[in-house]
Amino acid sequence: MPPTLSVQNLSIEYAARRGKVRAIRNVSFDVARGDALALIGESGSGKTTLGLGVVQLLPSTAKITQGNALYHRDNKTIDALTLKGKALREFRWKECAMVFQSALNSLNPVLRIADQFGDTARAHNYLQGRALKERAEHLLTLVRLDPERVWKSFPHELSGGMRQRVLIALGLLLEPQLLILDEPTTALDILTQRNIMDVLKELRGKLDFSLIFISHDLSLAAELADRVATVYAGKIVEFADVTTTFKTPAHPYTIGLINAVPTLQGAKEDLTSIPGSPPDLIELPSGCKFHPRCPRADARCKRDEPELEEIASGHRVACWNWRTT
Amino acid sequence: MSNPILTLNHVTRTFAVKRQTIKAVDDVSLAIREGEIVCLVGESGCGKTTTGKMIAGVLPVSSGEILFRNQNIANLRGDDRKQYRLGVQMIHQDPYASLNPTHTIADIIAAPLRHHGFTRGDAATRERVRELLARVDLTPPDDYLEKFPHQLSGGQRQRVSIARALTVAPSFIIADEAVSMVDVSIRISLLNTLTKLKDAMGLAVLFITHDLALAKYFAWEGRIGVMYLGRLVELAPARDLVERPQHPYTQVLLSAIPEADPEVTRRKKHIELRSMDVPSLLRLPTGCAFHPRCPQFIGAVCEQNVPGLLEANGARVACHLVNRKT
Repeated sequence: MPPTLSVQNLSIEYAARRGKVRAIRNVSFDVARGDALALIGESGSGKTTLGLGVVQLLPSTAKITQGNALYHRDNKTIDALTLKGKALREFRWKECAMVFQSALNSLNPVLRIADQFGDTARAHNYLQGRALKERAEHLLTLVRLDPERVWKSFPHELSGGMRQRVLIALGLLLEPQLLILDEPTTALDILTQRNIMDVLKELRGKLDFSLIFISHDLSLAAELADRVATVYAGKIVEFADVTTTFKTPAHPYTIGLINAVPTLQGAKEDLTSIPGSPPDLIELPSGCKFHPRCPRADARCKRDEPELEEIASGHRVACWNWRTT
Repeated sequence: MSNPILTLNHVTRTFAVKRQTIKAVDDVSLAIREGEIVCLVGESGCGKTTTGKMIAGVLPVSSGEILFRNQNIANLRGDDRKQYRLGVQMIHQDPYASLNPTHTIADIIAAPLRHHGFTRGDAATRERVRELLARVDLTPPDDYLEKFPHQLSGGQRQRVSIARALTVAPSFIIADEAVSMVDVSIRISLLNTLTKLKDAMGLAVLFITHDLALAKYFAWEGRIGVMYLGRLVELAPARDLVERPQHPYTQVLLSAIPEADPEVTRRKKHIELRSMDVPSLLRLPTGCAFHPRCPQFIGAVCEQNVPGLLEANGARVACHLVNRKT
């Protein structure tokens, strides 16, 4: 079965006064049907740009310079990046929905939750009236909200965690096959975060959709993802299943990130930060973009940029020296 | 090093909100020793930042007292007050907002040195600025002197904030979410720098964070206090708190946090709350504020009486169930 989404050779640039910000550089990856892919990396690595690119919601200063995003459903394949007008509107939400990072601000403050669902349904010629309400109540129950309480409420009457769950339910309203979540739990309290994670896990068991979630929080990826893509300076530098990523990572950046995160289990571990800071995306370093911070960098790393290569089944790494781990 | 440098006695802080009053901090007592690390953790709205601000002297207490070296900070005048204001320094959360964008790094660090007469003459001041930059691992210092804040990364700016706090030779540092806006890959090095400085200069540190794993890492030799809706509910040595949490709220928090290890985090048992609703500070539950959500709720006593923060197995815990057992 072809993957639900296959991104191929995607590059995205932003125009800035100082020059071109090369936010995404020649990125390719697949999301299989029903799979959950986590994009991890630091702020400014291009994770969000990648998500926005797929649904064509990039700001006007951004330009997709190359690539495709092939979306597959029911034996039909379309390139989501070439869609325009009506076809694009139909793709968004019906096929691929996105829940944005600033969840607390993405609901219309003057509309009741019922109207937010109604507007969305109307704009996409989906169910109306009673049928819509039933569908919405079903989804709200799935995200562990009390439909009675929520349906007639305004966004400001709901807590951050409740709003986030309303948005997830709203995202799933039109039965999309792909849901993109940008930092779904950032800015939420620990107990609310736990609740959202449990809701997402439960939803994946009950409904059939693929998930891309963008997070700087490694523990979230460890808990929710089937596969993990590590993003650095606009490129995927490692791609593997979740166990491989955390147990036997091969890229020095992934290893560095994992070694920089404190855990609750066990005694105090020796943690080290990655030296230096993320690169300027306008004036990128030569060769491998990680070489100025990499403990294994040599002359070749300064000269040539490595591409992803498969080092084991399903495990791809972009590093000249991955063997010396 | 057993003398408390800072003591909070029944400190309460209320705010007026729409003709009502809310208790942001309610009856918090805590003593921090010279050279000790204490982390305050809790969810947003639990009063941890307000506590930090009262200790720093930027917010007065509503009732109770805060003692700095056994003197009530509210009554300090003249030189004593200056000693306290210099002795307690704060590092803020946002390194993008806390440095003046029109001043160079050298100016930012030199200003307090000159103002408080810690150095005499430009040459000596400049030398001291260099020393302080080296102390916070901004090396070589000459690369940073003439830079402006916008030319530095978030982590570097936060190091400048630390260097600035150190200019006046403090003995107590309050770090309020000081690394939460810094990239994950460099947080630890910032904490390691703080630990190194603490050891070298004998600083006491109050580290305020919502991240328990970070608190455990930083306060490993010290203590962690957990706050819930304005009250301190558990205070224990860091290791005990993480390994043998006693208060039901601490237990729930620890069980809810995901771990960066797929096997561990997927096997972890999560304690369910009785209710997901967070009570509003405007309508605090009676008795123990956690009782409507508490998985170990034991009845009327929890609904009626506010539990005191009492000694329990080497820690202090505010819970009727725990206090009954010990």
